[in-house]
Amino acid sequence: MSVLSNAIQVNVEEETSRITEWIKRHAIHEFKRRGGVIGVSGGIDSSLVLALAVRALGSRNVTAFSLPEKDSSPESLALATELTNHFDVELIVDDITPALEGLGCYTQLTESIREAFPDYNSATDKVKLVLPDNLLDKPGLNVFSLALLRPGEPERRKILPPRAYLGIVAATNMKQRTRMMRLYFQAERRNYAVIGTANRNEHDQGFFVKYGDGGVDMQPIRHLLKTQVYQLARHVGVPEGIIERTPTTDTYSAGSTQEEFYFRVPFALLDRIWLGMDRGMKNEEIANDLGLQKEQVDRVTADILQKKRTTEYLRTPPLHLE
Amino acid sequence: MTEIENKIRKFLSENFILSEQANQLSPSDSFLEKGIIDSTGILELVFFVEDQFNVQIDTAEVLPENFDSIQNLSAYIRRKQGAG
Repeated sequence: MSVLSNAIQVNVEEETSRITEWIKRHAIHEFKRRGGVIGVSGGIDSSLVLALAVRALGSRNVTAFSLPEKDSSPESLALATELTNHFDVELIVDDITPALEGLGCYTQLTESIREAFPDYNSATDKVKLVLPDNLLDKPGLNVFSLALLRPGEPERRKILPPRAYLGIVAATNMKQRTRMMRLYFQAERRNYAVIGTANRNEHDQGFFVKYGDGGVDMQPIRHLLKTQVYQLARHVGVPEGIIERTPTTDTYSAGSTQEEFYFRVPFALLDRIWLGMDRGMKNEEIANDLGLQKEQVDRVTADILQKKRTTEYLRTPPLHLE
Repeated sequence: MTEIENKIRKFLSENFILSEQANQLSPSDSFLEKGIIDSTGILELVFFVEDQFNVQIDTAEVLPENFDSIQNLSAYIRRKQGAG
């Protein structure tokens, strides 16, 4: 086994205990909360967090919320139901579509999409934002395109005019911010903490919405790379259907994987390369260890650093003068 | 300095960086490494080039060797104009 494939393995038993104790100490003793609420998407990260919270706080003191809207995949709710049944946790389904309609999310989204595709029909067409694929073998910059899928027609892709891109992002971010607001409402009325589900890939590379899914009280798996999230999920008994599901954004109507929307490289490789950077290995050493070309590793490390640098704003608390 | 380079420098100073920094930027400085543009900035740059130089840009051409410095971008625009 390569050095990095070995190093990425966590001691799942010790790590589970460490996180469980941490949740208990902070949620109960420091924040003086009686339990936790978690927004569950049917994805691996929120499922692991729910399982860890149940171990820390007990299933009676954890409430799960599925917060779908009209662009969500029905699979998300089915998997969230399977998850909460498995861990004996109450699941409350709170459809946020009416709230988003009231806020003008879908109207704004349609207007912005039509700046790129004037013939966009929100009733039949589906869209998603994508970055160029296959960063390992192609050195493209992170330029977002909008993909439009219409039944019976080939997919169309277009680089977005900046105003359309910003309009689409601002409108879709309303989804995560509405979920944050609902979770805090539910948490406060129970005297619970809001437990976040971001992993290290999402947090450090800026794959989250400031004051949206980033607006939480605690982030128990923020230090874990996605590969390590899978290891712990298996250990704590997350249902196999969730572990096997390809990670998605579940934000755009066409449905897009996290790899095509943002990360551009399979997690198994991305995480090992990142770990090599953490350990101070040269790109050539990482390449030799993983059986890659040095140029491939150069592209991935440059992309990791660029995303960290350009998303610093998301992780920065409000600035102020002393 | 060519007219193309002047236009790029002016665009950068008006949109991304303080004007004194724009003057200090060398033609080969990487926009990304210098932290001048982010993912929105790349879209703005693409849009600026299409609009100002009347060229059509394909996603596959949005590469560091075409877009990541004043020098690279100027050469790319000249090639596109020559091809058009």
